[in-house]
Amino acid sequence: MPDARVNVPAEVARDKPFEVRVLVRHPMETGYRTDDGGKAIPRNVVSTFTCRYNGETVFSAHLSPGIAANPYLRFFVTARESGQLTFEWIDDAGIRGDERAAVTVV
Amino acid sequence: MTMDGSPRQRIRRRLLQGGAALALVPWLSARGAERDIADIPALAAFLAGRTPRWERMRLDLPALADNGQAVPMKIAVDGPFAPGPYVRVIRLFSQRNPVPEMATFEFPVAVERIEVESRIRLAGTQRVVAVATLSDGVLYAVGADVVVTIDACMDGT
Repeated sequence: MPDARVNVPAEVARDKPFEVRVLVRHPMETGYRTDDGGKAIPRNVVSTFTCRYNGETVFSAHLSPGIAANPYLRFFVTARESGQLTFEWIDDAGIRGDERAAVTVV
Repeated sequence: MTMDGSPRQRIRRRLLQGGAALALVPWLSARGAERDIADIPALAAFLAGRTPRWERMRLDLPALADNGQAVPMKIAVDGPFAPGPYVRVIRLFSQRNPVPEMATFEFPVAVERIEVESRIRLAGTQRVVAVATLSDGVLYAVGADVVVTIDACMDGT
């Protein structure tokens, strides 16, 4: 199963902001829940999320347990050159995930 | 003057009270902003005495959230920004969550359209405040109240 779903417009206009939507599959475990045996489930959230555009960081987010499970982010990036958006995130357990999307500037 | 009077006098009194209350509204909202800062220690710690401008920002949250586990949230800062200072960081603070610093959104590169959408968890009815830092250091802020029917993190807390 994919770890994330990314949505970027097929074509974007040069120097104009375009919408990026990302949904990462992650339980965003708060650390306040207990399992069936009463044992505390350790906190594990996607703490850092980074979006790079042709290698340059254009957006990043630091998240807490205050963000709902399967964190969804929608933000804007300014279109410069055709290329690639890369998304990277890391959770408290140190597990990394990444995803990419092509950007075509017209 | 005694408090009881003819119905007419009572109506007049009510109207006068209402008028006085209306005149208080701008003053109260300014006071409300101060209360926000006092109510959220993490926000006060971040501001460290600085006063944000309570304008130019929007924080869309439902007035009533049935389920605190996933509440749709949208932050926007009204442009235009170019060629002036642009938005660098937006911080989101919660009044009642166990982790009051809910999220930080960073824009290392200038964007003309500042809009961030996500879904947040809310541990009960509370006020949420977003603060934007511009590249020239000016702070803007906005608050929103949400009534939460079912709290997030109910078990274990």
